This record gives sequence, structure tokens and C-alpha cells, in this order.
Amino acid sequence: MTIEIKTSTLEPVRNTFAHIERRFGDKPATRYQEATYDVASEINFHYKPLWQPEYELNDTGRTAIVMEDWYAFKDPRQFYYGSYVQMRAKQQEVAESNYSFFEKRNLARLIPDEIQRKVIRLLVPLRHVEQAANLNNIYGSSLGYGTAITQALLYNGMDRLGNAQYLSRIGLILDSNSGDALNEAKRYWMDDAIWQGVRSYCEANICVEDWFESFVAQDAILDGLIYELVYLQFDQWLADNGGQDFSMLTEFIQNWNKDTNRWVDAVMKISAAESDANKQLLEQWIGTWKAKALEALAPLAEEMVGPEALAIAENALVKRLNKAGLLK
Amino acid sequence: MAAKKLNIKDKYRLLTRDLDWDFSYEDRKQAFPYEEFEGIKITDWNKWEDPFRLTMDSYWKYQAEKEKKLYAIFDAFSQNNGHLNVVDSRYVNALKLFLTGVSPLEYQAYQGFAHVGRQFGGVGARVACQMQSLDELRHVQTQIHAMSHYNKFFDGFQEFSHMHDRVWYLSVPRSFFCDARSAGPFEFMVAIGFSFEYVLTNLLFVPFMSGAAHNGDMATVTFGFSAQSDEARHMTLGLEVIKFLLEQHEDNVPIVQKWIDKWFWRGTRLLTIVAMMMDYMLPNKVMSWKEAWEVYFEEAGGALFKDLARYGIRMPKYAETIEKEKEHISHQAWWTFYTHGHAAGFHTWIPSDKELDWLSAQYPDTFDKYYRPLWELAKEQEAKGERFYTSGLPQLCQTCQIPMLFTEMDNPNQNSMRDSVFEDERYHFCSDGCKDIFDEEPEKYVQSWLPVHQIFQGNCGGPGVEDVLSDYYKMNVGVDNMDIKGSPDEKRWNEWKGIA
Ligand SMILES: [Fe+2]
Ligand SMILES: [Fe+2]
Ligand SMILES: [Zn+2]
Repeated sequence: MTIEIKTSTLEPVRNTFAHIERRFGDKPATRYQEATYDVASEINFHYKPLWQPEYELNDTGRTAIVMEDWYAFKDPRQFYYGSYVQMRAKQQEVAESNYSFFEKRNLARLIPDEIQRKVIRLLVPLRHVEQAANLNNIYGSSLGYGTAITQALLYNGMDRLGNAQYLSRIGLILDSNSGDALNEAKRYWMDDAIWQGVRSYCEANICVEDWFESFVAQDAILDGLIYELVYLQFDQWLADNGGQDFSMLTEFIQNWNKDTNRWVDAVMKISAAESDANKQLLEQWIGTWKAKALEALAPLAEEMVGPEALAIAENALVKRLNKAGLLK
Repeated sequence: MAAKKLNIKDKYRLLTRDLDWDFSYEDRKQAFPYEEFEGIKITDWNKWEDPFRLTMDSYWKYQAEKEKKLYAIFDAFSQNNGHLNVVDSRYVNALKLFLTGVSPLEYQAYQGFAHVGRQFGGVGARVACQMQSLDELRHVQTQIHAMSHYNKFFDGFQEFSHMHDRVWYLSVPRSFFCDARSAGPFEFMVAIGFSFEYVLTNLLFVPFMSGAAHNGDMATVTFGFSAQSDEARHMTLGLEVIKFLLEQHEDNVPIVQKWIDKWFWRGTRLLTIVAMMMDYMLPNKVMSWKEAWEVYFEEAGGALFKDLARYGIRMPKYAETIEKEKEHISHQAWWTFYTHGHAAGFHTWIPSDKELDWLSAQYPDTFDKYYRPLWELAKEQEAKGERFYTSGLPQLCQTCQIPMLFTEMDNPNQNSMRDSVFEDERYHFCSDGCKDIFDEEPEKYVQSWLPVHQIFQGNCGGPGVEDVLSDYYKMNVGVDNMDIKGSPDEKRWNEWKGIA
């Protein structure tokens, strides 16, 4: 008994690791802080990479964005691995029960055929966009700087694989697991004129060297427009036209977008607020990629919803960018 | 229409492999630019067999369950002051070595697998590497969280990240991973995915985790256990990589063999710290380093290389030298740390009489003959109040960066030294293995950031070694290190435990 009393009053020698204390003061730290700050190596890398001898292994120079402290990119969700997987596990549980409800009651049979065709042509091919997003986010994670942003990029990259898999499952539900709908959707992606703008945008972004630019082109611009256009407007259109049950299958991606936008907006805001040079560069990237994206999405928007859809999506995106201190 | 049931392979193909497409608007080579420069020939990425077929939703689900349990135990551990259950305060020094020397490697593994997980042209290989990347980030973060409680009660954990980039002996594990990451993507996979994860990882993690179990350290045991199913996936990936490369093209065989030779040698050098930890730092021994080597390398590795013989792959070069080394390296390493105990980031000590007897029994051919006399001498000096510290700084091997502490294995009284001249400069090595690695790629290894050289060149502050230790390394000399006897760690421990 006496031992227990004694142990419960043990005084710690320090509250946290020294690098955490230097940033946040001598007080107990959060798990997010200890898992994130100053974990990545900064100096003395020994060898230049054979694949990029002009840089160090970890190098701030791989983007034209300049930050005094790359750990400024605090994730508003405070995701470290444990909190990240636990959040996604909860969300996938809901998704799983949605998908099995849909399948068990065979809700697809209640959806008009032409709506199903429309989903295969306009929604399912987005799984390839998610695949591009997977590559672009992993790219930033592997070549970016500082754990605060690189871990979030990794989580995002893996999320995109998850999104691609959820979209693929919609195809499998519609084709009774034959894979025909997925093959058909891929043919649209490869050959249908309506998709070629988006596909060429994706291929171009996968080849972009500056990882921050690639993040802007993918996560801020293209995803921002697709979220508004597809997961809000097209979803509403489907609901109005006998396809309301599809929203059970896109709910995961919808919520995922809401959650992820908070992080994307924070990254844009923090990098823009750092300096005028950053802000100008971001606006230049936004200008180029937004124009490209609008052109690429125009025929899709028209077919999904109608002539005004794209302008509405653009407006919503610009509002978000304004809030982040950009384009104003 | 009834939905047909998909088998797992088809399902995985539809949900993952089919996501990729052939480019029309850009050159795919620009998207995956690093696939060719190493000379590896990939004729068909479609031949890649997925080592595990895990979709993201199941990944989240399984991993979240593991995390939930793990963090429940971490919480209980700190609430109940679980550190008081370890066997004694010496044990905690093994954890300091782990957090400063090993956990940052998990971070580099995350980065390295993210890189290849982006750069491989085959989607199957990419996704498998991405998942490993995420797992490795898990490992470094759960390790930091597990050690977070120890950091509050013991000295020597607090600057783990700062120290890892700078301290002389930590450049051994660090340069190992920097070497792999700076190599091309296929060499990285042979180095880390295969040699390290598949063959050597058992010799790194099993000793630390079972060491924890034998010494009352619940936090470490738990993260070790929790990582086991991740490691099982990593091992299947490592094996698939090797088979895939060897089956793709016969020209790959000699390249892969060269990498296996290199990375096994580099790996065994790295494991020196584990050897020393097992034989000297664990108060309750698990097994001797020699025995661990025999079980996990000679038996398990031997069977593996028999299996790979059909591809034309043979045992790694210098396997015979390595076999002799198991008798010596732990003793030579701990002696080096003991004598440089003021420059280490943890405490050192003379083994107790019981431990010396255990070492004699475990190493009947070498310990009494070569190493026991050193400890008897150290004991005498300590008894006289003259605990011995070397003042000089050791010369380091240009390749593995270990001090030149190893001897010739056939003559343990003779230090092992090799050298090579490159562009009029002479470079020194601890062994034939390290010299070979240098001679193969001298342009790479002349870049080694050798901590002792750097100190002499004035790149680590100074002027004195004490200044380097306290300012550049941020060590609290005499608090974080030197002998465990009389240390603040020991004093606090005795107070907590009511030991007079
Ligand atoms: Fe790991
Ligand atoms: Fe691993
Ligand atoms: Zn060496």
C-alpha cells in the first residue's frame, strides 16, 4: 500500500522532449506534438541522392515556396498515425453499413437505367482521378519538408486510394461484380472526349516537379472544383432524378472532402501568409491550373448538371481561396 | 441478377491494379523517371504478385483496432508509473539507444518507402510500398509515444532527434539508411525491403522486444507486439521484390547479388549495437548475441539462400567472416563504449560478476581468453577510484562509420585496418567488406559525414571535445552519460525503490 501512495506522487524530471519544449515551453505536450515536431532529419545527410544529386535527401529546395519554419503547417485535424486511422476506421464503418444496406436490398434495381449509365460514365471514372491524387500526394510526402506537412500528405495519398476503391465498388455494385462497369468506365476515361481534358490535366500534374505546385494543382484546385461539382451538385441532381440512393455510396467521400478541405485551406493560408513572394507564386499556380481545370471540367459539368454548374463550383472555390488570403 | 462472388485476387485487381492507365498526353518516363538508371530491367510490371491484398478500408479498420489497444496500454503505463516495473535503472539505457539510434530509422523507412511508393511504375508494387511507408510512420510515432513516459523520468531521451543527426556512434545507423535512401529505388528495396526487413529485422526487433519482456518493460513489449503484423506484411513484400527482380530478367541477377553482398555486410555492421545491447545492456539476458545470430541468421537465412539458389543467388560475400565475428563484436563494442562513456548518450558500466560468468559460459572460446581480462582490469581501477575514460577520439571506418575497434577475427590482438586510395586521398576501413563497398562506389562514400573528422575540422563547434558534447550534441555530460554508478538516474531509481 505504501508503495502505491508513493508512486502516485512521483515528480517527473521533465515534461516532454527538449525540441518540443523549445517550441512550446516546459509543459506536458500532446501526442500530436511529440509525433510531429522536429522528427525529420535536417542536417548531415552523408550522401547526395543518386537520383537527384543536386539536392540533399531532405531538402527545402524541392519547391519554390519558401518557409522560415516548415513546421508552421499545423494540421487543424491534428492527425498523427493513431488519430488518423481511428478517424478513418469510424468513417469506413458507416460506409460499410451503407454499402451493405444498398447491396442487401438491391437498391440499384430502383434506379432508372439511364441514371445508372450516367453514373458509370460520369462518376465511376473519377477513380482514376483519385489514383492521380494518390500519386501526387505521395510525391509531396516523399519529397516535401518537415513532418507537419509530409505526414498529412501521406494520409491524404492513402485516403485517395481508399476513395478510388469506394468509387470502384459503385461500379461493381452496378455490374454485379462482373467488372464490366469498371471496364466501361475506363474506356470513357481513355477514349471519351468528355474525359480527355481531365485525364490530360492529371497526367500533366503527375509530371510536375515542384511538389507544392502539384499539391496546389491537385488538392486545392482540381479537388476543390470536383467536390463542388460532383459531390455536391451532381449528387443533388441524382437525388432529384431518381438516384437519391447513390448518396449512401458517396457519403464517405463527401464527408472526407469536408474534413480534408480544412487541412487544404490551412496549408494554403499558412503558406500565403508567410510572404508576398509565396502569395504571388501561389496565385500564379492557381491562375494556370484553375484555367486548365475549368476547361477540362466544362463538358463534364454540362452533362452532369447543366450550363451553370461550373461557374457555381468556381465561385465556391474562389471563396475558399479568398478566405485563405488568396486572389484578393 | 445475382451478384457473383469475387475472389480476393480479382477483387484486388479491380479495386487497385486497374486504377492505373497508359499515358497519352505525357511521357510516362517523365512521371517515373528513376526506373532505369540502376541497370535493372523490368519487362512487365503486370507480373508483380501482390504480397498482401489489403484494401484501404480494411487497413484502417485493422490498424485502428491495434492502435486503440496500444494507446490504452500506454495510458495505463504512464498512469501507473510503469517505469518502476523494469528490473533496474541500467535497463533503461537500452531504450535510450533504441530511441536515439533506431526509431529515427523508422522515420527514414517511412520516407524511403514513400519515395519508391511514388516512383515505381507498377501500381501493385507502388501501393504495397505506400502501405509500408504508412506503417513505418506508425512505428516511429508509437515508439516516440512509448518512450515519452520514460523521457519524463530518465535522462538521455530528451534530445533523441537532435542527437541522431550529429552524434558519432549514431552516424552508424543513420548513414546506413541515408545510404539506402540515396540509392536508386531498386537498390533501396533490396537494401531495406529484402536484406533488412526480411532477413535482419528479426535480429533487431526480436532482441529489443524480448529484452523488454525479460526486463519488465510493458510499454516496449506492447509496441513491439503491435508492430508484428505490420512486419509480417513487410517481410512478404521484401521477398516478392527479390523474386520479381530475379524473374524479370537474368541481367538483374548479378546486380541484385552485388546489392545483397553490400547490404548484408552493412547490416551486420549495424547490428553491432544490438549485439552489445543483448550481451551487456540487458540486466536479464534473453540469449547471447552469438545464439541469436545462429538462430536468426545462420539457420533462417541459410534456408532462404538455399531457396534463392535456383535464381543463381549465393550466400552474401564474407558470410564466413561474419560467422567468426559473432564471437567478438559485442565485447569489442561495449568495451569501446565503456571507455568512451563520457561521449555516449547513455550510461555504461562494468558487468557484474554474475554477468561476467554468464559471458564466459556463452562464449567459451573467446571471452575468458580475450575480454574478461579487460573487465578485471577495469574493476581494479574502479576499486581504486580510477574509473577509466579514454581521452582520444577514435578513427572511423569510411564506409560503416564504426570506430576502428574490430580486430582481425583470426587474431583478436591485431586491429583490423584496410585502406584505399581514391583521387590521391587515402581512406580507411574496418574490414574487407567495407573496403569493397567503398571501392565499388568511391564517389558516394567519399561524401560520408564522419563525425570525428568533422570535429577535427571544426565543424561541430569546440574548441574542446567537452564543448562539442555539450553544445553541438546537446548532451548533459555527467548527467546523461558516464558511469551508471552515481548517476542521477541511479539516484532517483534508488529513491523510488527505497534502496539505501
Ligand atoms: Fe518499422
Ligand atoms: Fe518494417
Ligand atoms: Zn566498416
